[in-house]
Amino acid sequence: MALPTSSVITLHINGERHTLPVDHRTTLLDALRERLDLTGTKKGCDQGQCGACTVLVDGRRTVACLQLAVAAEGREVTTIEGVAEGDRLHPVQQAFLDLDGYQCGYCTPGQICSAIGVLAEHAAGWPSAASADVRPAAGPPPLTPDEIRERMSGNLCRCAAYPSIVEAVTRAAESGPATRTEAGPEAKEPAA
Amino acid sequence: MTTTEAPLARVRAVGTGHVRVEGRDKVTGAARYAGEIPFAELAHGWLVLSTVARGRIRDVEADAVLAMPGVLAVLDHRNAPPLKTDYIGLLGTAPDPTCAVFQNDHVPHLGWPVALVVAETSEQAREAAEALVVHYEQAPHDVGFTGDHPDAHPSDGHMPAVTDKGDLEAELAASAVVVDATYTTPEEHHHPMEPHAATARWEADRLEVVDSNQGATWVVAELANLFSLDPASVRVRSEHVGGGFGSKGVRAHQVAAVMASRMIGRPVRVVLTRRQMFTLAGHRSPTIQRVRLGADTDGRLRALDHRSLSRTSTVHEFVEPSAGVARVMYDADAHHTENRVVPLDVPSPTWMRAPGEAPGSFALEAALDELAHRCGIDPIELRLRNEPDRGPVSGLPFAGRNLRACFEEGARRFGWDRRDPRPGVRREGRWLLGTGTAAASFGAGAAPSTASITAEADGRFTVRIAAADIGTGARTALTLVAADALDVPPDRVQVRLGDSAFGFAMIAGGSMGTRSWSWAVMAAAGELRDRLVPGAAIPAEGITVRSDTTAAIGALAQKERHSFGAQFAEVAVDTATGEVRVRHMLGVFAAGRIVNPLTARGQFTGGMIWGISMALHEEAARDAAFGGPVGADLAGYHVATHADVSRVEAHWVADDDPDDPVGIKGIGEIGIVGAAAAVANAVWHATGVRHRSLPIRPDRVLTGGRDA
Amino acid sequence: MREFGYRKASDVAGAVALLDSDPDARYLAGGTNLVDLMKTGVERPGRLVDVRGLPLDRVEPTPAGGLRIGATVTNSDLAAHPLVRTRYPVLAQAVLAGASGQLRNMATVGGNLLQRTRCAYFADTTGACNKRAPGSGCPAVRGENRNHAVLGASAHCVAVHPSDMAVALAALDGMVHYETAQGPGELPLGWLYLPVADTPHRETALPPGALITGVTLPPAPVATRSRYRKVRERASYAFAVGSVGAALDVRDGVVREVRLAFGAVASRPWRARAAERILTGAPADTESFAAAADAELAAARPLSHNGFKVTLMRNLTVAVLSELAEEAAR
Repeated sequence: MALPTSSVITLHINGERHTLPVDHRTTLLDALRERLDLTGTKKGCDQGQCGACTVLVDGRRTVACLQLAVAAEGREVTTIEGVAEGDRLHPVQQAFLDLDGYQCGYCTPGQICSAIGVLAEHAAGWPSAASADVRPAAGPPPLTPDEIRERMSGNLCRCAAYPSIVEAVTRAAESGPATRTEAGPEAKEPAA
Repeated sequence: MTTTEAPLARVRAVGTGHVRVEGRDKVTGAARYAGEIPFAELAHGWLVLSTVARGRIRDVEADAVLAMPGVLAVLDHRNAPPLKTDYIGLLGTAPDPTCAVFQNDHVPHLGWPVALVVAETSEQAREAAEALVVHYEQAPHDVGFTGDHPDAHPSDGHMPAVTDKGDLEAELAASAVVVDATYTTPEEHHHPMEPHAATARWEADRLEVVDSNQGATWVVAELANLFSLDPASVRVRSEHVGGGFGSKGVRAHQVAAVMASRMIGRPVRVVLTRRQMFTLAGHRSPTIQRVRLGADTDGRLRALDHRSLSRTSTVHEFVEPSAGVARVMYDADAHHTENRVVPLDVPSPTWMRAPGEAPGSFALEAALDELAHRCGIDPIELRLRNEPDRGPVSGLPFAGRNLRACFEEGARRFGWDRRDPRPGVRREGRWLLGTGTAAASFGAGAAPSTASITAEADGRFTVRIAAADIGTGARTALTLVAADALDVPPDRVQVRLGDSAFGFAMIAGGSMGTRSWSWAVMAAAGELRDRLVPGAAIPAEGITVRSDTTAAIGALAQKERHSFGAQFAEVAVDTATGEVRVRHMLGVFAAGRIVNPLTARGQFTGGMIWGISMALHEEAARDAAFGGPVGADLAGYHVATHADVSRVEAHWVADDDPDDPVGIKGIGEIGIVGAAAAVANAVWHATGVRHRSLPIRPDRVLTGGRDA
Repeated sequence: MREFGYRKASDVAGAVALLDSDPDARYLAGGTNLVDLMKTGVERPGRLVDVRGLPLDRVEPTPAGGLRIGATVTNSDLAAHPLVRTRYPVLAQAVLAGASGQLRNMATVGGNLLQRTRCAYFADTTGACNKRAPGSGCPAVRGENRNHAVLGASAHCVAVHPSDMAVALAALDGMVHYETAQGPGELPLGWLYLPVADTPHRETALPPGALITGVTLPPAPVATRSRYRKVRERASYAFAVGSVGAALDVRDGVVREVRLAFGAVASRPWRARAAERILTGAPADTESFAAAADAELAAARPLSHNGFKVTLMRNLTVAVLSELAEEAAR
């Protein structure tokens, strides 16, 4: 029995619903770029090794190149095209612009989506490999430059705009409610 | 219709920080790169690369693949149109045959393009390309890069292979202190974040290519030559470029797309995969460099000998001229430099950020550090004692050599005077701490370009120039330069670039782009201002002037023209685990007029971080047995991440170039020069162990500098 | 990539039944490893059974004082979980040391255990590899083997297991639960991975078609003082060159209990039982730690380019245990 190798799916992207047939091989990244003309999400390596394709899925940063489109059905996807509020840039976007947190700009949408995720994850109290003590009793780790660097390390920037990216994320964090994504990564209820 | 205003005294735009004019597009995802421009009826091409390192193609089983879903065509050496390759291109060399695809059955290295599969969707093209069976007649290969390879020979490239003065052996014999050491650097890759991508479309006999490149008119010239076309019938656009670093000229994918588009009569897009970039996008050759320094006890050099061996392919000779840096930096009574190359069954190398200077400065500046220690002289003082007043080889005067100012400013900012010169004596927990320094230089040049400026009827100005903004901030810099030259605020100027229709312009390369383009913009602006009559109306079509800087640049006097810099690094080394962390990098540069401090800082620090990455991480491995790359992806080829980069700061000293209309020298490459040496010198200062092979990996630290 | 069918599993039994009926099918969870391997052609499944939505996404305390971790719990949720961070810091640290924030948001516990090696020869489908194409040979034995195994390898395969999380789970005596069409089963983590021998393509002891449903950690008071240290060729977002997961209980300067596991040195997370035996009851000092590491590493068989790993693992063991001992003394 030949299995169907394509499906008609409905994707929820930036608050809009898109119904389209997809080859099961199509990744969320290719669906965005090739099918929905949302080219702000970039393809840098197509293997989860650079972070250029970072988008938010159900509020969590995700590499779209390893996410099959068919498996993303029913999940809320936010891309770089959906993080500003109309003409008002997201605080992270504004900080990248003002502080020159990029050069060629190709990794930038991924860096920005990742930074939005980082701020939400940090606000939720998540530790990182840079945190001195992961135990909850140690309290939430302060968002130092080292914390930002570790948390942002999944986003390569070959122009190496790293110093100004870290400045931009720091500024966005200080600018207040930068974590206003619809669905932050609320920690799963500990059933203790 | 408005009238031109009388000139007012304005705040100059050049020299003050401006956010990128295309910045909003880049942070919102609106900026479209080459693979993102929509085309009706687009088909997708996927390259098939050889799986043997040497031999010939016996057969391509195209028929099986043509029967697969969506497959439109298979291009290989049996059905590809012939290309012309016997020409000398813009950069003074014959084309690398790697880009002249499918011309014969010869396979000169693993990863050589042998076919292109074209299909309706990229998924179909990929699956069919992977399914394509190619039969090879395999021949023995040689990828072994060794210092004593019998095929090594001197090679000129873009500078003479050998320079020689004085009696080297006699001066070495007469020297109180001699350093004789061999340094190696590995194969390194550019890996811009945007993979190479091109879409080709034929309309009758006109060819249009939407591309990601470092020079639209350069690619036009190459394609016109290869396909024997009138350059006027070829248009290449490349508006946003996701990094280049030397790798984005004409390459196999554009040529294959052009061929396939003609074959199927539809637009065809070919995008390189990250893995394909390891063999098709060029790379920096590994180097083996021997440096011999002979000095008196006061550190004054009597003898300087720098010999570099690099590697090229068997189809194209490209030399990584690492010994060239010694021709600029230091003089000696006997002075010998030599660039040699050995052809092996590997992909062709190419220009990569600071070609020659990047690996060459690692060897030379590490040797200077060794000499300083041996002489008991501070490393900065040693360099200042050997400052030449004329070109050590050319004898020409320097058009500015502000290296001393860089070292003085850098030493002050870095706190160098508090440094204890003894190695291996500072500990902080598990970390040994050390600091190091190195000098930097990179050529400052300009090349002919054309530009046009239109005074629009609404009082705005449109600059058109076939420049490329590959992340350098050129679009913004040219806006500022034009604004000042036209004496208007920058928001009245729109710069359009990345389109060959705008006429010939220099590529983004050799740290010459912004300078060369600015010169053309200045010339056009000057003429336009002469043409604009204060108070007179501007016609609806505007007033347009064109410039061409060929004559002006040709008239430049021969001088030693360079940017200079001083690099400082502080590192922490855990000798129990082999981990090295760069805690602080500081660079001070004398690199001409800084047009836009906001973007220039990123250019400098980006280069310095390339130096960190070169010192500690980057290395492409090649398997001797099968001859191909090992770990050909971004998990196998490590570039620095956020976490590898702590405090990095760049500063500059006044250094306007008196021979340039704006005072520019160029800043794209000097940031990497000397940076890896500063890190390696700091590792020595931390541990007392000299690492002469890059990268300084954990295993190398653990084995004390000897290879595991 | 080959075309494939796709089905979202609605429950565990359904997922298992689908795989049982189709040997060409694979489970898809986070996709961070499988989709990558499908792109490179290492994996060519005819059908994917998506198990990410199964209700296996909870971390729950067991009555005994341990934890039960569902197979589809993401790495991020696992590392952020207060009970994991409190009771088993080594596990939270190991997870946080792996991959990137994005990948940890996608990757699941079950998938992490079953991820394939990152040996570059395994990933390159144009060349030989006994794990990918049995009988074709192992080019790594004489090739670029700096990051390959020094323990437990064979002439047929010298690849290492890439997981950081599994190293911590090995130290914590994790029990792996799975479901098959014939019913549920469980395996101690130490038995999950098969010896390499001459069958490197056979990686786990799971029955065909088994779906990992979760991992149970027994109570381990020793783990409240635990640590994971990972050395890699850059500071983040890289696979380990070598890593150590350790837990230490010291009373009056004597080791009462110790857990020690090595990563990136073998085809499986390497529980250092020889070292643990020597250390238990020994003085908690550098000499004991070094002697224990040496005992464990006596079996090491370095390849042409990875002899440094023996030194590295010895030094890492001493460093991590010393840090834990100092912490205990404070």
